[in-house]
Amino acid sequence: MAIELKMPALSPTMEEGTLARWLVKAGDAVKSGDILAEIETDKATMEFEAVDEGVVSELLVAEGSEGVKVGTVIALIAGDDEEQKPNAAPAQAGAVTEPPASSGPSLRGNEAPVTKPMAAQAVSLEGGTPTTVREALRDAMAEEMRADPRIFVMGEEVAQYQGAYKVTQGLLDEFGAKRVIDTPITEIGFAGIGAGAAMAGLRPIIEFMTFNFAMQAMDHIINSAAKTNYMSGGQMRCPVVFRGPNGAASRVGAQHSQNFAPWYANVPGLIVIAPYDAADAKGLLKSAIRCEDPVVFLENELVYGRSFPVPDGDHSVPIGKARIMREGSDVTIVSYSIGVGLALEAAETLAAEGINAEVLDLRTLRPLDKGAVLASLAKTNRMVVAEEGWPVCSIASEIQAICMEEGFDHLDAPVLRVCNEDVPLPYAANLEKLAVIDAGRIVEAVRKVCYR
Amino acid sequence: MARAATSKAASSGAGPLSNIKPYSASTDEMLRFYKDMLLIRRFEEKAGQLYGLGLIGGFCHLYIGQEAVAVGLQSGLDANKDSVITGYRDHGHMLAYGIDPRLIMAELTGRGAGISRGKGGSMHMFSVDHKFYGGHGIVGAQVALGTGLAFAHKYSEDGGVAVAYFGDGASNQGQVYESFNMAALWKLPIIYVIENNGYAMGTAVERGSSETHFHRRGESFRIPGIQVNGMDVLEMRGATDMALDYVRAGNGPLLMEVKTYRYRGHSMSDPAKYRTREEVQDVREKSDPIDGLKKIMLEAGISEDDIKGIDKEVRRMSNEAADFAESSPEPDVAELYTDVLVGSY
Repeated sequence: MAIELKMPALSPTMEEGTLARWLVKAGDAVKSGDILAEIETDKATMEFEAVDEGVVSELLVAEGSEGVKVGTVIALIAGDDEEQKPNAAPAQAGAVTEPPASSGPSLRGNEAPVTKPMAAQAVSLEGGTPTTVREALRDAMAEEMRADPRIFVMGEEVAQYQGAYKVTQGLLDEFGAKRVIDTPITEIGFAGIGAGAAMAGLRPIIEFMTFNFAMQAMDHIINSAAKTNYMSGGQMRCPVVFRGPNGAASRVGAQHSQNFAPWYANVPGLIVIAPYDAADAKGLLKSAIRCEDPVVFLENELVYGRSFPVPDGDHSVPIGKARIMREGSDVTIVSYSIGVGLALEAAETLAAEGINAEVLDLRTLRPLDKGAVLASLAKTNRMVVAEEGWPVCSIASEIQAICMEEGFDHLDAPVLRVCNEDVPLPYAANLEKLAVIDAGRIVEAVRKVCYR
Repeated sequence: MARAATSKAASSGAGPLSNIKPYSASTDEMLRFYKDMLLIRRFEEKAGQLYGLGLIGGFCHLYIGQEAVAVGLQSGLDANKDSVITGYRDHGHMLAYGIDPRLIMAELTGRGAGISRGKGGSMHMFSVDHKFYGGHGIVGAQVALGTGLAFAHKYSEDGGVAVAYFGDGASNQGQVYESFNMAALWKLPIIYVIENNGYAMGTAVERGSSETHFHRRGESFRIPGIQVNGMDVLEMRGATDMALDYVRAGNGPLLMEVKTYRYRGHSMSDPAKYRTREEVQDVREKSDPIDGLKKIMLEAGISEDDIKGIDKEVRRMSNEAADFAESSPEPDVAELYTDVLVGSY
């Protein structure tokens, strides 16, 4: 019986990939450990190894095919126990005369590649170039680095490996090892070096592989970076950017899945930014790098690969200003980061039910754009806050407090929050799904505040 | 503790580091060292008094006994390019830079004229003009930050060397070793100065450190270490000159363990029950850095009168600092909200 080789999932967030290159062809005998193909994931180019022994009978997806879904059958191997076992294999391997390599596979290859626009993600900006969030972040750094020699990037795997999540791809080539610096795995050490270098007048961008690891470094983010300007009576600044992915990824368990936004947003002296789409990722990161204050810049691994239009040229976005992602009149859904996509998705569903929801993206969490929150509340009189994170002492609870204290007269219903379940994030797929917010839950909360 | 009679290098055969010679100071230099050390002592005594009167609040860590360390070391730095960072026992390091004692004392009393506008306090003082980067209250944090200063020197190619002071207690913090690793890996221009005063707060070094020879703490990172008698300002300066030569030559970091002693408690609220009165008295009598230099000065033919003149001048300076700190007003209430962020958003 033929063994089906399927497109493997080579990273926790990979849903599809590019079959970059076949290293075998039909008729080749392969054994366990042989490299069959190179597959580009959302993070890196990986080698795909054989597990079973046998002879490759057919390649079903042509090399160069993009967007091949995980689980797609990409090749067939005639198993060891089949008739051509001992001598047929070398014979076939020699007979390279007519392997149907390029014609057959491309047929099958065509049905796999689909670029996946996430439901409500196609927020139409004023046009621009489709760019992934990952590329937008890289472009922001590269453009700023070209303009200011004081800027450097430091972190684990940022240089030679091209970034653990490929965000720093190409920077080493362009800027060299002096400005793109691989560190040992030593978070508090390099966070401190970054803060110290900023105090001395440089402009460090410190990448944390994820913000989960930044907990080791929190002392420098808070005690060293955030408080310096105040404690020195304005004498000593610390213009450093701490950036990296934040929030739940996918199936990586509790220690690698946490939203730290409320933690940092609690601290005076810090700027905390959590962009959603590529235009904001670029525009806000550029502003963060130019900013004289220390910035915590929270990205999201699950949106790195999503594509959005980014305005051409020197696109920067002001810090501290929320934006209306979707105009509405019946209710406001406030969110940030990945939650914005879910809020937009919920708004679509609600529109079909006759509820016209406004979606407000906070973008900057400290300083928070209270004015925008209150103005939207004054317009719709109802509010739901959607946050991919725990509910207790959250950004959502802060928004609720603001509405109570300063928007009470505009409230026609209690402000509700839709957050993750109040548990460490479980690993099991079904439990994880239950623990993390989704559009359905936002829709439900909106119905409640609209008394529908 | 402070009885190290001679200084030594940790790694045998560390060529340029093998013999630390006391600095041969000119008369003028000796007079200056004497004045700087005495000013620290009188200033700190005064601070102790003001604390007792309730004029200084919170934590206040005095440098009495350790004066030769900051004075000897910082006299050797190039003020135009070298940088310094330390922990919370920072008054002495600032005075050694010649920073106006009135501004330091006014910070201790929390006044608007203080060097941090009264918003930093004893542990959080800075003078970017002097390339003095604080003044940090978290034990060990200044080691990583100081490594960042060294990174900036190298990155900017300004020829400067960073000096990061920390104590025997901070030497047991993890980030110290993360910093050592990267500083050695990248050959950063930094001198790590461990001020070993024998006690990590109230814990004697033998009770808290498995390796009490702190100059060896860099060995697994290939950072050479030297041990210096921190009760002798001329030895401090001699060791500093040698250390600076070594680091400026591009050899990467150097570890300098300084054997010193603090006469007062860890902070003003420390009754110092962990050591005997006799122990302190013994150091004061046999190894006091100010008395030690005075002896050398007299032997060198400097007159008692000249020395008395300095005593008088220093007393006047510290009294003046105290008066200023007592009489100048508290910060304007509007200062509460200034300097939180640089930009407005």
